Amino acid sequence: MVAGSQANQRMLVKLLVVAAAMFGFGFAMVPFYRALCEAVGLNRVAKSDVVGNTQVDSTRTLTVEFDTNLRNDLPWSFTAVEKSVQIHPGALTQVTFEIRNHSDRAVTGQAIPSYGPQLAARHFRKLDCFCFTQQTLAPGEVRRMPVAFVVDAALPQDVNTVTLSYTFFEVEGRKSAGGDGNDRGNAG
Amino acid sequence: MEAAHGHHAPGHDSAHGHGHDAHGHHPTGIMRWITTTNHKDIGTLYLLFSLTMFFVGGMLAMGIRLELMQPGLQFWKPEFFNELTTMHGLIMVFGAIMPAFVGFANWQVPMMIGAPDMAFARMNNWSFWLLPPAATLLVVSFFVPGGATAAGWTLYAPLSTQMGPGMDLAIFALHIMGASSIMGSINIVTTILNMRAPGMTLMKMPLFVWTWLITAYLLIAVMPVLAGAVTMVLTDRHFGTHFFNAAGGGDPVMFQHIFWFFGHPEVYIMILPGFGIVSQIVPTFARKPLFGYSSMVYATASIAILSFVVWAHHMFTVGMPAAAQLFFMYMTMLIAVPTGVKVFNWIATMWKGSMTFETPMLFACGFIFVFSMGGFTGLVLAITPVDIQLQDTYYVVAHFHYVLVAGSLFALFGGVYYWIPKWTGHMYNETVGKWHFWLSMIFFNVTFFPMHFTGLAGLPRRVPDYNMQFADFNMISSLGAFGFGLSQLLLVYVVVTCIKGGEKATDKVWEGAEGLEWTLPSPPPYHSFETPPAVR
Repeated sequence: MVAGSQANQRMLVKLLVVAAAMFGFGFAMVPFYRALCEAVGLNRVAKSDVVGNTQVDSTRTLTVEFDTNLRNDLPWSFTAVEKSVQIHPGALTQVTFEIRNHSDRAVTGQAIPSYGPQLAARHFRKLDCFCFTQQTLAPGEVRRMPVAFVVDAALPQDVNTVTLSYTFFEVEGRKSAGGDGNDRGNAG
Repeated sequence: MEAAHGHHAPGHDSAHGHGHDAHGHHPTGIMRWITTTNHKDIGTLYLLFSLTMFFVGGMLAMGIRLELMQPGLQFWKPEFFNELTTMHGLIMVFGAIMPAFVGFANWQVPMMIGAPDMAFARMNNWSFWLLPPAATLLVVSFFVPGGATAAGWTLYAPLSTQMGPGMDLAIFALHIMGASSIMGSINIVTTILNMRAPGMTLMKMPLFVWTWLITAYLLIAVMPVLAGAVTMVLTDRHFGTHFFNAAGGGDPVMFQHIFWFFGHPEVYIMILPGFGIVSQIVPTFARKPLFGYSSMVYATASIAILSFVVWAHHMFTVGMPAAAQLFFMYMTMLIAVPTGVKVFNWIATMWKGSMTFETPMLFACGFIFVFSMGGFTGLVLAITPVDIQLQDTYYVVAHFHYVLVAGSLFALFGGVYYWIPKWTGHMYNETVGKWHFWLSMIFFNVTFFPMHFTGLAGLPRRVPDYNMQFADFNMISSLGAFGFGLSQLLLVYVVVTCIKGGEKATDKVWEGAEGLEWTLPSPPPYHSFETPPAVR
């Protein structure tokens, strides 16, 4: 049965190749997923939006509230200078946020926005935002950063309050990992 | 995988080689089990391992139901409750259900296709012996700082990227179990494709063999994807990558996509061999050939192929374009067609048959009835707007326990009662077997049927406390669960007494049984089909 044994070996190799290829496929889904999200316009929270219609609807007033959060290991303070603003849909509005580094080392952070209610995300257009780039603060540094936005007049009529919430994450070099990770940049 | 590259890598001939010392001197006692390359020994090991893990996972379930018996927190801290639900899921899926089916494949596939042993006998030994260390890692993780992983069996990021060392142990356990599954599957595919007796064409194979062939391909395709996903979690945790970390440009939702690309085929991995077992049992006790054999094969293959294009129905609420929701909704509903073909064929097999209801047939009929109910709630959940309402409620818990417990587990029970006289050479205790069936069936429904109502009313899963309005239904579920758990001791009693002795089983065991395994003595010799049988 030597022939049978050789056939088995060939089958083993083939199936191992399939298994290895599928392991690679799992990782290949990462760039594929990014490309797909890019193509259909999903998950573009940290990119500049384009505003087409600039018609201001002054008959309607919205409250936009600002919420600031830090992931617990980030030694910063993070506040919105204005806690909330009253705006008209379609009007360009600028607000200011402040971050302060309380530690004695330079720290890089990245802010990720989210919206409440969820459907407001589609109508909230950011022209400028500190969340488009990473922010590096020297020890003790304070930085004031603008956000310029327009809320689309197409926002459903029953929404009167929109909350824009930012969370700052530390990007590299976790404080406990001595050196580990410092040499690695942003995988994204 | 080194065993595979070794020079004496086991093939068809080494099974024969081993045959020589079997007649003379092969290790006895514990060493027999550690060094065995015999498919029957390894099948037994898999089945006993899975029975053990079934009780470990079952104890965790009892812990969950104990806490949920009353509103408020009585027994566990919420963090420990999360560990219980997570580890119950992981242990039942990877420790109980999957190894049990591999055990059946080891025992039955060579006997059903007329092969002397599995294709890679030494790799087979290794596939099994990887499992106990993996299970130990999982159990030990309860005792490390921070406890076992509590991210849910789906290990969603960002929970899984933030937890304590228990998560690392779970990741290593999954890597090991994945390697074991892949090796086992390669063995099964090679055995089925290369080692069938002359005349045993693919379309003459028993349906259990067909379902395992397709399942093994599914495993080879998706277990590496899970390995990739948990590897990414591991590197995000310790090596500074940002696959799932939003701050670094990653995306936690991507974990869900990769996980469910594995996870949905996985749920069919856990049910297809069950379909195979039921397709062996029903014709035997209806004393009629299986109705629509070839449509059964095609239905199994269709389910397997469709399982790759439905994964996002587990995550309709993450935010995806309507076109994607519609695609996944329709594809999911399409799976009802081949599944319906199967249920139809089982019932058509029974139609005008001379049916008797020994324990295996009771479990097979119970399977068809209760699995179909789980299938219907699956159709309800496939409807996107309904699913958005029911996501993460007890309705989902009810659905997947109807298909996993009453589906996979009842099929396994049926298979044990069906083949244990062949394996041990003794008839099992029919009276206790029937009690086991009826108590399991009743307590199963007492446990899980009320969850449809609590789920529809909005009770969220994975939460140790709940509103007073859910108290009565939860009490009923908990009492049912304790009854179900205790009933399983009957299975242990039946298995132990059947191994120890009992009425001699005939070669054919069942009057209506068809297939090569019934031409062997009961119990079959240590090496069966050294010369291939002729199949007409």
